[in-house]
Amino acid sequence: MKKISLLLAATALASVMATSAWSKTLVYCSEGSPEGFDPSLYTAGTTFDASSRTAYSRLVEFKHGSTEIEPGVAESWTISPDGLEYTFKLRAGVKFQTTDYFTPTRELNADDVIFSFERQIKADHPWHKYVEGASWEYAAGMGFPELIKSIEKVDDLTVKFVLNKPEAPFIANLGMDFASIMSKEYADKLTAEGKVAQLNQMPLGTGPFTFVAYQPDAVIRYKANPDYYKGKEKIDDLVFAITTDAAVRAQKLKAGECHVMPYPNAADVAELKADPNLTVMEEEGLNVAYLAYNTQMAPFDKPEVRKALNMAVNKQAIIDAVFQGAASIAKNPIPPTMWSYNDAIEDDKYDPDAAKKALEAAGVKDLKMKIWAMPVSRPYMLNARRAAELMQADLAKVGVEVEIVTHEWAEYLKLSSDVKRDGAVMLGWTGDNGDPDNFLDTLLGCEAVGGNNRAQWCNEEFNKLVKAAKQTSDQAERAKFYQDAQVIFKREAPWNTIDHSLVFLPVSKKVSGFVQDPLGIHRFDGADIAE
Amino acid sequence: MLRFFLGRLAILIPTFLGVSLIAFSFIRLLPGDPVMLMSGERVMSEERHAQIMHDLGLDRPMYVQYFDYLGNVLTGDLGTSIVSKRPVFDDFLSLFPATLELSICAIIVAMCLGIPAGVIAAVKRGTWFDQSIMGIALVGYSMPIFWWGLLLMIFFSGYLQWTPVSGRISLMYFFPPVTGFMLIDSLLSGQAGAFKSAVSYLILPTVVLATIPLAVIARQTRSAMLEVLGEDYVRTARSKGLSPWRVVGIHALRNALIPVITTIGLQVGVLLAGAILTETIFSWPGIGKWMVDAVFKRDYAVVQGGLLMIAGVIMLVNLAVDVTYGFINPRIRH
Amino acid sequence: MSSATVKTGHPSALAEFWYYFSRNKGAVLGFAVFVIVLLLAVLAPIVAPHAPSEQVREKLLLPPSWMAGGDASYLLGTDAVGRDILSRLIYGARFSLFIGLVVVTLSVISGVLIGLVAGYFRGRVDIVIMRVMDIILAFPSLLLALVLVAVLGPGLLNAMIAIALVNQPHFVRLTRASVMAEREKDYVIASRVAGAGTLRIMFLTILPNCLAPLIVQATLAFSAAILDAAALGFLGMGAQPPTPEWGTMLAEAREFIQRAWWVVTFPGLAILVTVLAINLMGDGLRDALDPKLKRS
Repeated sequence: MKKISLLLAATALASVMATSAWSKTLVYCSEGSPEGFDPSLYTAGTTFDASSRTAYSRLVEFKHGSTEIEPGVAESWTISPDGLEYTFKLRAGVKFQTTDYFTPTRELNADDVIFSFERQIKADHPWHKYVEGASWEYAAGMGFPELIKSIEKVDDLTVKFVLNKPEAPFIANLGMDFASIMSKEYADKLTAEGKVAQLNQMPLGTGPFTFVAYQPDAVIRYKANPDYYKGKEKIDDLVFAITTDAAVRAQKLKAGECHVMPYPNAADVAELKADPNLTVMEEEGLNVAYLAYNTQMAPFDKPEVRKALNMAVNKQAIIDAVFQGAASIAKNPIPPTMWSYNDAIEDDKYDPDAAKKALEAAGVKDLKMKIWAMPVSRPYMLNARRAAELMQADLAKVGVEVEIVTHEWAEYLKLSSDVKRDGAVMLGWTGDNGDPDNFLDTLLGCEAVGGNNRAQWCNEEFNKLVKAAKQTSDQAERAKFYQDAQVIFKREAPWNTIDHSLVFLPVSKKVSGFVQDPLGIHRFDGADIAE
Repeated sequence: MLRFFLGRLAILIPTFLGVSLIAFSFIRLLPGDPVMLMSGERVMSEERHAQIMHDLGLDRPMYVQYFDYLGNVLTGDLGTSIVSKRPVFDDFLSLFPATLELSICAIIVAMCLGIPAGVIAAVKRGTWFDQSIMGIALVGYSMPIFWWGLLLMIFFSGYLQWTPVSGRISLMYFFPPVTGFMLIDSLLSGQAGAFKSAVSYLILPTVVLATIPLAVIARQTRSAMLEVLGEDYVRTARSKGLSPWRVVGIHALRNALIPVITTIGLQVGVLLAGAILTETIFSWPGIGKWMVDAVFKRDYAVVQGGLLMIAGVIMLVNLAVDVTYGFINPRIRH
Repeated sequence: MSSATVKTGHPSALAEFWYYFSRNKGAVLGFAVFVIVLLLAVLAPIVAPHAPSEQVREKLLLPPSWMAGGDASYLLGTDAVGRDILSRLIYGARFSLFIGLVVVTLSVISGVLIGLVAGYFRGRVDIVIMRVMDIILAFPSLLLALVLVAVLGPGLLNAMIAIALVNQPHFVRLTRASVMAEREKDYVIASRVAGAGTLRIMFLTILPNCLAPLIVQATLAFSAAILDAAALGFLGMGAQPPTPEWGTMLAEAREFIQRAWWVVTFPGLAILVTVLAINLMGDGLRDALDPKLKRS
């Protein structure tokens, strides 16, 4: 098996080598190794960049650089009036990639779509457990197993999804990475050869780039897919040079060893901007960092106490020290780039004196509290420990004594969900599909108490609004519900909303046509490179 | 001799069992579980959590898991990585050559510089040369290599731009991994400039990794040499009028090298520990970095498999050193 | 009579020791540096110009005072949250020395005890003990410490325990070898014949005669412990921020490698100087205590 794959890789390499002398190669210094190449198995953006955004395509796609949906391999769709039936018309003549390990004999059809989803949601599907520990995290996270009643083939190019309940964000969900379309023919061939694990090692789809080879922890190589349904890409070869250290990535970019790098250190941004050979793209990330009080525990069960504590924290100082200014103060639980963002809302102003008075008025004296700081760096909060230290100093000024608590990351995630948790938890969220539901109901809805709702906050008024928004497919109407929900959120203050980080993406000036995506993914379709 | 060898091998078996038990139990003691990490900020329901734990076999009694694991290890199956879902043994095999290549280069550099430096220092004992060599060696021995690596990188890659920043070879070159050693593969590929590129990527990590072994070897060679030079037969040879360098070359060096070989053997553990830091700094795709990542990601299977394989390598090298030593020096064969 | 020999014997041994030690200039230099570091650590609250965790938000990442834009009251500059680097380094000396001390104490006590038992009783006890030590030594020490700390939870205390554990086999082996060499010597047999108990023979008769190599090894372990703890801190598994431990400071400073060299350079330099000083002392101790190398 090992030998064979090596041999295959070797022949694949030979064929690429023959053309490499005059090919256009774009090198991307990626931030880590992909966990695997079947995007439905994983949740990490790093994995998606290397699998779903290169080798695969989906029924619907996010428009390049936005959270809006456009047709993908489905050229059109209709939704039944009750919101339960979604019928997709597939594009004709979409070819799967031809590689050294597989040559397709047919074009994409309804069977491939059904295969791609059923394997994730049906526990008795032969591919449901094809790798050890397959848990289909995202399909489960978006509630697909309970949501989808059936997927039916109407004809070769028509497929119908029947849902158990109306779900407004459903179409947006189908643009997500886990909804990538696999080749059933490839899967069948692997089954016949007894090599099912290969599906996760050598991807094969209808995407813009064809997988060539992967050297663990070092390099991933792709070439442009000549049969891509939107036409062959302008670059010939795409290389992911895996470089885990951000400072090293920046060095490599400056040295011309790669052309695009994600996630620079905030401290390096100024220097990268000054480099005449580079352009630094920036955009507000689709994320939020927050400090969630345990609203079921005294004295944090009182909104006035929570608001007073919010007023005592200087968020700008956190942004300066942790992000070197590369973030904006968050006043709402959703980021400003998202539709339905309520800009009329006013943030609790930083005012230690008023905070002190408010605390006294609420009858809170000599308060001691814990602040939980994550042990890891996340896009929305680069250094939680540092932020917690700043909060500690701020709160000391209003007479609140803070103890900073941390746990190992898995423990942290688990313990922070506990309803009886002691202390305020720092955490955040990165949007999956650009839908406000993905923030407001997922993080603050009543069912999420004891789970994603780290504030353990169940407010009926708020909950009613976000549930109503889910049942409606009219976007303007939904936006109204969400805007009202944000007003209630601010009044009740279950969180101190900290920041939305700015996402920087330094790119070599040789690269053109590359667009930064708000969903935090990196895609190279449409990019070109000058010699 | 065969008996000596078999005896040493027999001792390895209980040690290996102990090592496997430690590797296995450590990882079960880790707080937090890998299944929680799979979903990140998104919370997983209790039922799903239990289901996945069951699917991974993590809900069985410890001893069942251990014997199951041991049985698999004996058939060459180290389990499947929980994160990448690839076989641990495959990952080890594909990453180990990178570490091996780096370690071999480092030990060669350390020997080629360390032994002559030690010999010269011993012969010229007390001179400024001896003192400065030993001073430098002690600085090297005291070096926090993770910092040393960062400094070299800032200076040579960042400021002077003489060496590439990280990786194993320029991405311009692309050829199948035949041996896994980039230096050899680049030669085999026949592509012009590939070998040179591979060398340029290897220089800084090699220097960093060689620092401590180099210092140790130089110091050890010097003191072994001094001891031998003080012995009667060397004095006799000298008094017979043999030139000092002949004495060193013929008599002293051979005897002095015996303890040095042991020292070099003992450096394998040092090298692998150093590889953890060096690979982390230079993004070198080897097993050191792989292990550190696995520890942080709570990848049970990789941590236990990696610990086992690394300990196995060290034990085998120690065995080889023992046997070589026994071969050179029959006295210790009892 | 016996008291007389002790009186004259003791100072002369010390004097002899000091004679050989002081002939090694490097050792004296190392000793001097070590004393300075020790004084800085002890007197940190008096010596340090600022509190180690005091954040001045207007003065983030100030360069050292001799450079353009530097501030005289921040001699070595400030870090990303505006803390004085010099003060943090001075307080950091406390942690490093403390780590060295605790690790050496833990590993010497446990190592010597286990080694004495193994060497004195031999037989099955010895075999089991030595097998266990072989197992510990089969892992690269840093890797074992890393996994151990991951098990125990990242933190200074756990890092010290882990490092002590991986260091202790060296003491076991050394003690055992010395004990085995001493066990059959006449003075031990004599005291056994005289009816001395096992414990008495082990601790009062044999142990003092094995001390010299143990002291040398303890010095080496001291510096190794500081290095290992810094490495663990660097990998994010040692002391946790905001503790001004040097390795942890380095780990935190990594992201500024391009922009603020001083946050990266000084903590590493502090580690190097301290470890070097201790190793210099260790060399001097070995020369002074090891009779074999004393001559010429």
